[in-house]
Amino acid sequence: MDTRVHFKSWWLPYALLLPQVAVTLVFFIWPSVQALHQSVLAQDVFGITTRFVWFDNFIDLWYSREYLRSFSRTLLFSFSVTFIAMSLGLLFAVLVDRILKGSSGYKLLLTWPYAVAPAVAGVLWLFMFNTSTGVLALTLRSMGIDWDHVIRGDQAMLLVILASAWRQIAYNFLFFLAGLQAIPRSLKEAAAIDGAGPVKRFWTIIFPLLAPTTFFLLVINIVYAFFETFGVIHAVTRGGPGQATEILVYKVYRDGFVGMDFGASAAQSVILMILVIGLTAIQFKYLERRVHY
Amino acid sequence: MVERQPWLKGLTHLGLVLGIALTMFPIYIALVASTHDLGTLYSTVPAWFGNQGLQNYALALGQGADAGVGVARMLFNSTVMALGITFGKIAISIVSAFAIVYFRFPFRMMFFWLIFVTLMLPVEVRIVPTFQVVAHLGMLNSYVGLTLPLIASATATFLFRQFFLTVPRELAESARIDGAGPMKFFFTILLPLSRTNLAALFVILFIYGWNQYLWPLLITRDDEMVTVVMGIQRLVNVPDGVVAWNIAMATAILALLPPAVVVIVMQRQFVKGLVEQEK
Repeated sequence: MDTRVHFKSWWLPYALLLPQVAVTLVFFIWPSVQALHQSVLAQDVFGITTRFVWFDNFIDLWYSREYLRSFSRTLLFSFSVTFIAMSLGLLFAVLVDRILKGSSGYKLLLTWPYAVAPAVAGVLWLFMFNTSTGVLALTLRSMGIDWDHVIRGDQAMLLVILASAWRQIAYNFLFFLAGLQAIPRSLKEAAAIDGAGPVKRFWTIIFPLLAPTTFFLLVINIVYAFFETFGVIHAVTRGGPGQATEILVYKVYRDGFVGMDFGASAAQSVILMILVIGLTAIQFKYLERRVHY
Repeated sequence: MVERQPWLKGLTHLGLVLGIALTMFPIYIALVASTHDLGTLYSTVPAWFGNQGLQNYALALGQGADAGVGVARMLFNSTVMALGITFGKIAISIVSAFAIVYFRFPFRMMFFWLIFVTLMLPVEVRIVPTFQVVAHLGMLNSYVGLTLPLIASATATFLFRQFFLTVPRELAESARIDGAGPMKFFFTILLPLSRTNLAALFVILFIYGWNQYLWPLLITRDDEMVTVVMGIQRLVNVPDGVVAWNIAMATAILALLPPAVVVIVMQRQFVKGLVEQEK
């Protein structure tokens, strides 16, 4: 039974909610309904008439090799970014957690890259790997590796993965550190007294206890790699060379704004929405569990 | 640390120093490049700072590399957008949370879920229709268009809601007995109590606003309206392929400085804001 004190007014709560609800309706709900609507329409080549085509746009996507390739490319990209960013974040968190003195200095230096925008991170990495003046590109070339991400798709992919992961390490580091510091010290000490070394302690005690944090971060990182890396792709490769780095969000943008194919773009938007809703639902299920226990 | 082994301690510090080197390396390279002239950059890879720094930054801030718009103007636009989004989100979220926690009214839960839905619809998945809505409303190329569509916030609303639920209910009760209306209670008691939460939210929302990319890319048509995070890509995607890397790197440093300073100065609030979003 809710025993909170409540103020009485029949109009004030609605007035207070009005700005948020208005913005949500106009800029979130309405466009999303539009996306749903456009996803079942097709325009003729001149953009004059539109007609209702049921699920043709989705069926076209299903049979489009280009789209399926973009899908698997996005999976490869997301898992690589997630894996690199999470494993390095965890490693640094474990190291900082071992330190008693001076850990706040390390913490600050490892966290701040989170402030760097994905697009700016992309430009920084592009400079290091650019073929004419980049320090890493030239180093690789002197080692006999022919680096040219402007022509080679796999190298372009590697470049956007590194740039996207670099910035995200900070985020994972912070959450893993918070998770590690929540583990009672007595648990680690007890294991040490039983003769377990640091490596064994980590894998048998600490890592399993971090599972909720790891799971949470897994979802967050996948969402990040799927959607927020648009800036990296656009600033660094524009989806190229060819379509080598064209991930799904970039394709929605290109089909909609460059190709002007609104039906196909809207259908892709709807698929992405379903993906986000699924990921958010997973995240919420996990949050609920954490709240209850 | 549980055991005291000097080599293990040394290894820990070594690992961290390497980690910091990894995170700092791109910044260092960018800083060095931003202090050289272009000829030097295209002939060697300098390892140490040059003496062109002042000229480069002045050029970047003034007229910019592509002789279009200077970074000073872009920084101004970014600041307006970031602050507009930050304060807009905070303002509309705190009053919605206040309404949901301190009032009982028909359709309360429906509104709650309506706000929640925004969490699931990032702008990236509804690019074209959102653009069309903003275009219809005549908001392209304006600060209102840059900020207003982004200020709905489920996260901030939830954060305030969680916080309000922990405020002792005697406070509201005594305010009511003393004859204070809801808005007076909100401004004189609730708002001051929310100080730490406001600061934490400020940091993460400022970074969020400053780092927007896709939205400004879509709706800014004039050079005068470009934000710095979005504008920087125009310096590295030049038609003839000769990139003015020194100016581009100076621009990159200028673009990452404001949010970095906010994070460093407000480190505690930043960590609190980020970690509490999860709850």
